[in-house]
Amino acid sequence: MTTFVLNGRTVSVHSPDETPLLWVIRDEIGLTGTKFGCGIGMCGACTVHVEGRATRSCITPLRAVAAAKITTIEGLDPQGRHPLQTTWLELQVPQCGYCQSGQIMQAATLLKDYPNPSDRDINAVMAGNVCRCMTYPRIRKAIKLAASRMRGITHD
Amino acid sequence: MVTRGLCPGDARRCRARRVASVPRLSVLCVHTKLSDADIEALYAYFMTLPAVSAKVPANTLPFPLRVRAFQEGWKILFFRSGRYRTDPSKSNEWNRGAYLAEALADCSGCHTPRNSLGAEKTHDAYTGAEVDGWIAPALTEANPSPIPWTEEELFTYLRTGTSPLHGATAGTMTDVICGSLALPIVPDSDIRDIAVYFSGMDHASARIGAIEANTRKALETSYLGSGEDGDPAADTYVSACISCHYNSGPVPLPARPELSLNSALTLPEPTNFIQVVLKGVGYTEGAPGLVMPEYGSSLSDGEIARLAAYLRRTRTKSPPWTGLEHKVATIRQASAKSL
Repeated sequence: MTTFVLNGRTVSVHSPDETPLLWVIRDEIGLTGTKFGCGIGMCGACTVHVEGRATRSCITPLRAVAAAKITTIEGLDPQGRHPLQTTWLELQVPQCGYCQSGQIMQAATLLKDYPNPSDRDINAVMAGNVCRCMTYPRIRKAIKLAASRMRGITHD
Repeated sequence: MVTRGLCPGDARRCRARRVASVPRLSVLCVHTKLSDADIEALYAYFMTLPAVSAKVPANTLPFPLRVRAFQEGWKILFFRSGRYRTDPSKSNEWNRGAYLAEALADCSGCHTPRNSLGAEKTHDAYTGAEVDGWIAPALTEANPSPIPWTEEELFTYLRTGTSPLHGATAGTMTDVICGSLALPIVPDSDIRDIAVYFSGMDHASARIGAIEANTRKALETSYLGSGEDGDPAADTYVSACISCHYNSGPVPLPARPELSLNSALTLPEPTNFIQVVLKGVGYTEGAPGLVMPEYGSSLSDGEIARLAAYLRRTRTKSPPWTGLEHKVATIRQASAKSL
């Protein structure tokens, strides 16, 4: 039995130690906001936060996160109103939507590290999150808008 | 008894060594340096532990090492009895650090190479060695890290398991930092004294002036791969790694391990790099609170080999590693066997 903190609540799961965290979250716990894209850590759809930092859950075994704090897209903000979630809605970023949980979770770490990210910073930190519908220009715009709001700038 | 190189059959009186491949004999070379007062203190502590009726485990040393008579021959060759001698030309802190490292913590047990009879090569002291499938790097000037190990970097590393300009602990060293050195009885001053001792060994103070410039220069490579490279290895790096390992200059963020400063890429062998990529870094390993996924199941030997070569070429000024794909396969097999 493995215990960790998920979206602020302590949970105990029975999945074997080697189970990728992604499947523990989706199948045993039932939170399906985090998606399976490639299973090899190359597309970013499975991105969650471990101790507040974006991590690919499809190649993180359960044993590696025992006792750690995990956050999924469902727990990023209690009301779903993280500045990124707000700008994602305002700018209508998603198309099919499949990659977007991972995009938002990764962007949240980007803004934590680089509150005023350059295009180069965005390119590098978001590079592992693939969007087959090519919503990249809207993703970039939404990141920059959220960043400026988080820095307290109310108009561009 | 400990200082004369004798260890009575009573297993409770001997300090247990958990490193599988190190002959127990060389531990005597370490503890002979302990002061009488410290030996008495150790004995007093041991005697407070409740007696346990337990069968001493069978000796697992290979023949002929398990024959005590033959061990006498080893001791004649390699064991020199003697307390630690203070060096009056060095500071109190340096001497304390040297005493802790040489008489108690046995840093050279992993960081000094051994000869075919398992004795430390005292003339090559602290020039690095392989232990438990990882490389314990050189602690002398031979250490290949782009930034020298200053007292501050060493102190932070030994106290917390990570340092801003070098990277995080992995492998057996994690047990040392998070186990032995993290014991409540070890004060900051002891860690600092050990840091003084080893930063002296690395002659770090002679190279302090260049740290800022070298850091900035190293970080200029942090973005590489992220443009249109057409290099499949760069593509792998960008898809799998750069989101966590990228740093915007001029200094790395503590939560973003900077590969251009990391010894895993500058050591003579790719062992440590391969190990970390295959196994990742769990919540209780490495830098506190930082987890790295494991790529053993998602990247092939060839992909990891090409990734290693790419990073070595673009993030370091070191000569290329050789035999990469074979080395990845070997380490992968060895890890599978040890499970």
